[in-house]
Amino acid sequence: MLTRNSADVIVVGAGVVGAACAYYAARSGLRVAVLDRGSVAGGTTGAGEGNLLVSDKEPGPELELSKVSAELWRKLSEELPPDIEYEPKGGLVVASDEAGMAALRDFASGQRRAGVTAQEVPADRLRELEPHLAAGLAGGFHYPQDAQVMPALAAAHLLRAGGDRVRLRLGEEVTGLLTGASGEIRGVRTAVGELHAPYVVNAAGTWGGEIARLAHVALPVRPRRGFVLVTEPLPRVVRRKVYAADYVADVASGSAALQTSAVVEGTPAGPVLIGASRERVGYDRTLSPEALRRLAAQATALFPVLAGIRAMRTYIGFRPYLPDHLPAIGPDPRVPGLLHACGHEGAGIGLAPATGLAIARSLTGGEPPLDIAPFRPERFSPAA
Amino acid sequence: MPLSASEPYDLAVIGAGSAGLAGAVAGSELGLSVALLDTSAQTGGQFYRAPAPTLGAVRPEALHHDWSAYTDLRRRLARSDVRHLPGHHVWSVTKGDEEGVGGGAGDGLWAVHAVTGADGSGERPVRVRARAVLLATGAYERQLPFPGWMLPGVVGAGGAQAMLKSGLVLPGRHVVVAGSGPLLLAVASSLAAAGARVPAVVEASGYLRYARYPRALATNPHKAAEALIHGAALLRHRVRVRVRSAVTEVHGTDRVEAVTVTRLDRDWRPVRGTGRRIACDALAVGHGLVPQIELATALGCATRPLSDGTRALALDGLQETSVRGLWAAGETGGVGGAQLARLEGELAAVTVAARVLGRPAHGGRVRELRRRRDRMRAFADAMAAVHAPGRGWPRWLTDDTDVCRCEEVTAGRIREAIEDLGARDARSVKLLTRAGMGWCQGRMCGSAVACLATRGHTAEPPAERRPFATPVPLSALAALDGPAAPLATEPGGPADEPGGRTTTASGPDASPGDG
Repeated sequence: MLTRNSADVIVVGAGVVGAACAYYAARSGLRVAVLDRGSVAGGTTGAGEGNLLVSDKEPGPELELSKVSAELWRKLSEELPPDIEYEPKGGLVVASDEAGMAALRDFASGQRRAGVTAQEVPADRLRELEPHLAAGLAGGFHYPQDAQVMPALAAAHLLRAGGDRVRLRLGEEVTGLLTGASGEIRGVRTAVGELHAPYVVNAAGTWGGEIARLAHVALPVRPRRGFVLVTEPLPRVVRRKVYAADYVADVASGSAALQTSAVVEGTPAGPVLIGASRERVGYDRTLSPEALRRLAAQATALFPVLAGIRAMRTYIGFRPYLPDHLPAIGPDPRVPGLLHACGHEGAGIGLAPATGLAIARSLTGGEPPLDIAPFRPERFSPAA
Repeated sequence: MPLSASEPYDLAVIGAGSAGLAGAVAGSELGLSVALLDTSAQTGGQFYRAPAPTLGAVRPEALHHDWSAYTDLRRRLARSDVRHLPGHHVWSVTKGDEEGVGGGAGDGLWAVHAVTGADGSGERPVRVRARAVLLATGAYERQLPFPGWMLPGVVGAGGAQAMLKSGLVLPGRHVVVAGSGPLLLAVASSLAAAGARVPAVVEASGYLRYARYPRALATNPHKAAEALIHGAALLRHRVRVRVRSAVTEVHGTDRVEAVTVTRLDRDWRPVRGTGRRIACDALAVGHGLVPQIELATALGCATRPLSDGTRALALDGLQETSVRGLWAAGETGGVGGAQLARLEGELAAVTVAARVLGRPAHGGRVRELRRRRDRMRAFADAMAAVHAPGRGWPRWLTDDTDVCRCEEVTAGRIREAIEDLGARDARSVKLLTRAGMGWCQGRMCGSAVACLATRGHTAEPPAERRPFATPVPLSALAALDGPAAPLATEPGGPADEPGGRTTTASGPDASPGDG
C-alpha cells in the first residue's frame, strides 16, 4: 500500500529514461515515485535533439535495443498527446565521394541483415528526398525507421500518462540509499526526508555514477560534451534527418578528440537543429568556437541554402557514457533491489522506451522485451 | 584575420556607452592599447543616444542632462589611440588557445568574436584578441506582460525615449507612461517637452519607499535633484503621477485607444473595482532595466541577485568579475545610471592598466573612485529595492495573455507546464512551452517567465547560459578561424583530426560551479 512516504519503486531521475521506466512500471500496476533534484527533463534530455535513430548503429546489442524502441515509440505516439511532436520522418545519410559511398554500402548491408530497412539512393535521386541538398554528393542511404520527438515534452507526457500511480517529487535530491540487514534496498534518503520502497531505479543519467556510489558500487558513467546549433525559424527546408557518413564513425569511436559531423534536421516549430559535436572535457560548459565552426561549416556544406541563415543559440549537453558505449540496464546483483537505467550516451531519447519496458519487466518478474545481458550493470567491476 | 596588425590589444572594451567610453579613454590615457567595440554607428550607448547626423538636430543636448560629460569623453576619444570599432555585434567572448599558441595551456588571451553590419547581418566575422576585457554592455528594459500589451501603440518606455533621442519621433500624441522605476519620470518629462500630451504617469511602487533608505538618499543629493527637475517639468506640463497603480489592460482593436489603470495593493495585486479608463493613443511602459550580462555568464562569471529580481555580475572592489582578466562596469554590475557607469569604467581601466602594465595604480585616484562608486552603488541598490515588482503582479494576467510574444505562449500554457508537466524554473518552462525560444531569446519575456516559474520566490540563478549574445549567420560561424585542417565530411575523417586542441579549452578560469 502506498503512503506519502512509500512506493513500490523509486525512480531517481526525471529525464526521458526515468520517465519511460515510470510509465511502464505504472502500466504494470506498480506505484512509482519519481525523484529529481531539478525539474522534468532538466539534464541531458533537455539538451537533446530527440533523435530516434537506427541508421547510426552497427549490428549488435544497441541496434537491437533501438529497434525495439523504435517500435515502442511508434505505439507511444498513438497513446501520448501530439505535443510530443513524434515525426516518423526517416533519415538520410549521405556520402561525399565514392569511397564514402562504398563504406556506407558495407555498413548498410550489415544493418539489413539485422533487420533494418536501408535503401540506397543514387546521387541523381538525392534531391527528390531533400531538394536543398548540395550538388556533387556521391549518394546516400535512406532509413525510413528513423524518427524524432521533442524530448522534454516526451518525458513530461510519459510521466503524466503514468497517471495516479506516478508521483513526481521534483527539486528533491537523493542523498543516500536506505538498506536492510542483508544490504537490500529499502528506500532513499533525501534532503526532505526518507522515502521507502523495495526497489530503486538509477535513471540519473550523467550522475548515474554518483547514485551507484551511494550504494557502494562502481558504475563508471562519464560525461561527453556536445554542442547543438539552433537556427532562426524557417519553413521546411530540411525534411529528414540528414547527416554525413562520418557520424557513424564518431559514435563508435572512443577517441577523446573533437569529432563533428553535422546532423541537420528541421523541427515542427521551425528552427533547424545542427548537431552534434562530441568531446570528453568533463562538465566544462565553455563555448568552443572550433566546435561551432565545424558544425556550421558542415551544415552549410550539406545545405548551402543555410549559409545566410542565422544561428539563434547553441546549447550544450553532457551525454552519459560508459567505457564500452553501451548503457547499463537491469538489476544490479551486487545490491538487491537496485536497478540501473543509465549511460545511454547520445541515444537516450531513442533507447528510453525499450529500457523502461525492460526495467518494468524486471520489477514484475516478466520476460524482458529483448536480451539485456549485454547491458549488465556489473560488467565493469573486476569480479564480473 | 582582420585587425591582426595591432593585435593583440591590451584591453578590449565591449560597449561604447558611458562605462565603456570612460574605460576605453582612461585606459588609453594610461598607456594601454585599446579596442572599443559597439553595435551602434555612434558612441554614447542608450543614455547618450544622439540623433542621426542626417536629421540635422541642432541641440541634441536639449533632451539630455549631463551632456557635457559625454562631449568630454567624446573629445578625449577623438584625441586618443583607441581603435573604435562601430557596427560590431559581439556574439561571444572566449578564452584560450584558438590559435594553438603556446600549446595546451593556451595563450591566455581573450578572443572577442563579432559580426559586422548594421544589424549583424554582415558576412564578415571579426575576432579581436586582447589581454583583458571590459564588459560594458549596459542593460535592457524589463517588460511584464498584461492583457493587450502586444497591441500596436504599446512601446517600451526606454524605447520611447530612444525613438525620441535618436529619431526625434514621438510614439503618439497622447502617451500614458507606466510601469515602475526612475526612468518613467525622465521619459514622461522628455515626451512632454517634445510636445506630447501625457495623460498620466502610472508608477506601481510608491516613491515614499525611498524614505526607507535615508542614508543612500542623503549621500546622493544629485539623485534627489534629478527627481526634482523631472518633477518640476511634469508639474509644468500638468502631468498627473499615479503611484501604486498599474495599467492592467489596453483597449483598442487595431491600435491603442485607451488603457485601464488599476490601484495595486502592497504586493502589486490589483484592487478590485478601482479600474479607471484613460484615453490615449500610445502607452510607454517599462519595469526597470535588466543588466545585459550574457557574454559574462557564458564564461561562468558569478552573479548576484538584486532586490528587484534581476541579476547583475558579482564584482570585486576593483570591478573585476569572478573570472580573472574579465572586468565589468556600469549597468552590468547593477543598474545605477550614467554617472556611476563612468566612474566604474574609469576604475576598471585603472586596475587593468596596473595588471597589464605591471605597475601599481595611483592609490589616491583608486581610493577616490572607489569611495564615490560605493556611495552611488548604495543608491542604485536602494532604487532596485523600491521598484522591485510585487509578488502579486501575475494576478493581472489572464490565461490567454501572451507572455512570450515571439512564440505566442500564453500565461495559461506556462501555468500548465508548471502545474502539470513538471517545470520548476525558466529553463524547463522554456523546454516545455517554447517560451523564450524565439527571436528575442527571452530578453522580452525572460523575467516574467522566471517569475511565474518560481511563483514569485527569489530570483533563480541563471541556470542557462546563452552563448550567443546576438544571432550569428551560419556563414560567419563557418568562417571562424580554425586549425588549418581540411573539413572532414567523409568516413574516417574526424578521428584523424590533428591535435584535438579544442578539447583542452578548459583553462583554470573556465566555468566554476557547473551542475
